[in-house]
Amino acid sequence: MNALPYDAVGAILLVPIGTAGLLALLPNYRLTARLNLLAAFLTFLAALSLFFVERPEPGQYLLVDDLNIVFIVLTTFVGFTTSVFSASYIAHELEIGRLTPAHLRFYHAMFQVLMFAMNLALIANNIGLMWVAIELATLTTVLMVGMYRTHEALEAAWKYFILGSVGIALALFGTILVYMAARPTVGEGADAMVWTVLVAQAADFDPALLNVAFVFLLLGYGTKVGLAPLHAWLPDAHAEGPTPISAVLSGLLLNVALYAVLRFKILLAANPGAIAPGPLMVTMGLTSLVFAAFMLYRRRDIKRMFAYSSIEHMGIITFAFGMGGPLANFAGLLHMTMHSLTKSAIFFAVGHVAQVKGTQKIAEIRGLTETHPWLGWSLVIGVVAIAGLPPLGIFMSEFLVVSSTFAREPLLAIPLVFGLLVAFGALLLRVGGIAFGAPLGGTAPVKASYLPMFAHLALVLAAGVYLPAPLVAWFQNIAAILG
Amino acid sequence: MDRLVFDIAHLLAGGLVLVSFLLLYQDRLYALLNIFALHALVLALSVAWQAWIQDAPHLYVTAGIALTLKAGVIPVVLHRIIQRLGIHREIETVVGVGLTMLAGIALVALSMVVMLRVTAEADPLAREDLAFALSVVLLGLLIMVTRRNAVSQVVGFMSLENGLVLAATGAKGMPLVVEISVAFSILIAFIVIGIFLFRIRERFDTVDIHALDRFRGERQ
Repeated sequence: MNALPYDAVGAILLVPIGTAGLLALLPNYRLTARLNLLAAFLTFLAALSLFFVERPEPGQYLLVDDLNIVFIVLTTFVGFTTSVFSASYIAHELEIGRLTPAHLRFYHAMFQVLMFAMNLALIANNIGLMWVAIELATLTTVLMVGMYRTHEALEAAWKYFILGSVGIALALFGTILVYMAARPTVGEGADAMVWTVLVAQAADFDPALLNVAFVFLLLGYGTKVGLAPLHAWLPDAHAEGPTPISAVLSGLLLNVALYAVLRFKILLAANPGAIAPGPLMVTMGLTSLVFAAFMLYRRRDIKRMFAYSSIEHMGIITFAFGMGGPLANFAGLLHMTMHSLTKSAIFFAVGHVAQVKGTQKIAEIRGLTETHPWLGWSLVIGVVAIAGLPPLGIFMSEFLVVSSTFAREPLLAIPLVFGLLVAFGALLLRVGGIAFGAPLGGTAPVKASYLPMFAHLALVLAAGVYLPAPLVAWFQNIAAILG
Repeated sequence: MDRLVFDIAHLLAGGLVLVSFLLLYQDRLYALLNIFALHALVLALSVAWQAWIQDAPHLYVTAGIALTLKAGVIPVVLHRIIQRLGIHREIETVVGVGLTMLAGIALVALSMVVMLRVTAEADPLAREDLAFALSVVLLGLLIMVTRRNAVSQVVGFMSLENGLVLAATGAKGMPLVVEISVAFSILIAFIVIGIFLFRIRERFDTVDIHALDRFRGERQ
């Protein structure tokens, strides 16, 4: 393996950014869609190879450890399946004239820049570099959300831009404060921003400064995660952008922001004098969960509804990581993986539904299982999964979150279960109307590949029935790192 | 001599907070842009001073970017945009001037209390810089919240970024990567904003955020 001059880390970063440059130059959209798919597949293979090649030593800028490998593999996998979905999605958008070939050139280049930015944020060992990468990811998604140039899309992009920038600005202030806290111990210069160095010496940092820094970081990156008081950008951005972008936003970008919060949580945990970051995260997580669960009832737009469901699930995941401990961390990781897979599958389905019906309004979509059985039943399965019914993967992770909470903090379990039940009711109520009853809306057959959607749902089902032992061991290992 | 060095740094950072207050109550767009140029100028001076006392020549680059781009190019371009859109009338503030100023004073007091208490062990220059920087950041947020016009929200955001640059340069020895990235982000952010303003013009014939509110997906 080592005989070849092969650099997995380099491939993860260089393939997307190189392809982005190429895609910006090529005019033929059929070719670029295939190239986009190929590049996403290669990046995914490179990410998988991280398991097998020898890990590079943590450097000034890059780091590969047990924690971020999981995130990288998940990101590149969903990125790959989304590029498959996107190829058929944009062909239809081009047909009905919502997009022009010039838009597509831009769209594909941006898609790869986004993959690059997310991989960079995950693999960065330097907290400054991580911040730059998340900022880059924000800017590319802002441009993509505004791509349709309708009133709604522009408003959504503007709102996302303003709120995202404020969040990113607060996160930078927090990053500067971490540097200030580290400087007396680590010394001036680049070392004081290297995460591995920071964690090794965190015990000697000024705890008061670290506390303030964490509050800024949690608020800043929390805006990007879509946690409750700071979530206002999320439903609009999901509803108005192209559906592949909604899938990537929900399935991946929210995770990347959460990953940043987790890195700093580990940093704080290494300092005995600092506040416990857990209660802050638990509070924000529970608020998001309960708030989003109620908001689910009044949605009229199908993509907006699933955007609120993403807020709900990010709330659960943040809650689980906030609780901490081996079991809750394990549950949080599992839930994050399952949510990414399920939610992007749902957005794939919703993208096809919106295309055949020509609308995103829930009231105008009826009896989907009769007109499009495969699509309709996939959507039903996806929603059943996301609502947390057995035997699918999310049931298992939610069950773990709830049972570990009952074991340790029974009082916190009450709002948790309450929020879950409220959201459960809303989702089943809505999907009943969409999937069953007398058909309403377009009945044209779908000219698209269902493969990405089926692949995701099959994985979620498989995980719900049986989790392979190596995966369990891997997740347990990470759960221990997270503390 | 040391005393003088400290006093000048203090004066410049404090000046930035004062100019932020000036931004807070400007009710005409042209005046707002002029004051923003002053804001960037004070920032450039402050960064240059830090570069000199820290003996860190790379900070002069940051100061230069602040001077040319934020005190020069961006205000001029925004000026043109305002002219072309014909929106040089009064800004509608959501809250009255008196109340806004009171809120601003409260925010500055808050950041002083928080930062000075927390950084008791840091060296005095860095700690006051940080307290001032947080004030500028919070005042920038306040400007964004109290304005309804897209151009003045952008000005609020840029003044907020100025506060971040002040904090980053005040932290002694912070790696260059980050400063460049800050400058870059402003550039990129500006391009994005520019595109948006033109697109908004294309679609709405106004840059009033209230007009955007009408098109919310939930209202039918």
